Amino acid sequence: MELSSREAWTVIHGLVLGTLFLLAFAGGLAGLWSLRPGLITTAGIQERMKRLYWGTWVMAGAAWATVITGTWIVYPWYRANLSEVGDDRYAGCVGAILPNETCSPREFLLSDVSGQTETWHELGMEWKEHVGWAAPILATAAAFLVTYYGPRLMARPWLRTAVIVMFVAAFGAAVVGGAFGAFLNKVAPIV
Amino acid sequence: MTDRHHDERIAPELEGLHLPTKPDGPGAAAMLAAGIGIFVLGLMTTFNEVSEGLHDFLQSFEMGRGVGPLAGKTIVAVIAWLVAWIILAAIWRGKEMNIKRVFWIGLILGVLGGILTFPPVFLAFA
Repeated sequence: MELSSREAWTVIHGLVLGTLFLLAFAGGLAGLWSLRPGLITTAGIQERMKRLYWGTWVMAGAAWATVITGTWIVYPWYRANLSEVGDDRYAGCVGAILPNETCSPREFLLSDVSGQTETWHELGMEWKEHVGWAAPILATAAAFLVTYYGPRLMARPWLRTAVIVMFVAAFGAAVVGGAFGAFLNKVAPIV
Repeated sequence: MTDRHHDERIAPELEGLHLPTKPDGPGAAAMLAAGIGIFVLGLMTTFNEVSEGLHDFLQSFEMGRGVGPLAGKTIVAVIAWLVAWIILAAIWRGKEMNIKRVFWIGLILGVLGGILTFPPVFLAFA
């Protein structure tokens, strides 16, 4: 039972950091949602806010770690130029049923050698690699707002809703990245 | 102590915490800067398809790591976000803002940026 270095980084990028992000999001959203007058005591607010600060900043940190490892470690393996021979851009992919040492995942998908796979790159990967970067920006801004206003959010429902919108938008961007990442790793795994 | 937002009247639980007043300027700066960052990300993603010169410039950020123009798109967007945040925070420090209006402007910028990162949109310029 072992993982190659590339498989390990894929797991760290998608599974470990992704799970941490999800957990922090769930905790943060629950905390923000219930930060309303009449639900908690003054002592309870202080205890609740500590968790909320931790949850939002952990989510932001996990989002940054996810996009940085994804872009700078995993993505270059995905988009490597391996298959080109002469004028044939996908010569190394001929007969492949999965990406291999002469056919990177990107080349495998674009070559269509194993069915209609081009759209996985052109829609899935192209969207994921860009919109995923909105997640840490939004999560950091939301974490800052939670820290800056603190318990005051409780008495300002509109502001609290605005923070929740940013928080959920960060999650939405991460869902695009995470969902397409999971599918792409099935269709064209990094080896 | 009464906050200028009269928070204690809406949430009596806050009274015991004796919270100092917080102006909306820094909060508004964080909201608008996030919108600007995402909008710049969308612009870089789309203009990368339009201009070969910009494509080469964005690719030059990869430092031989094989990331391609994605390196430049994301680095430029993050720098734009941070610079916008620093400047806005300095300008709006200690000031009261119409935070609803700033939020909506940030939201519109963010949505536009998000649309510009959608492949059928930016690849239409390729």
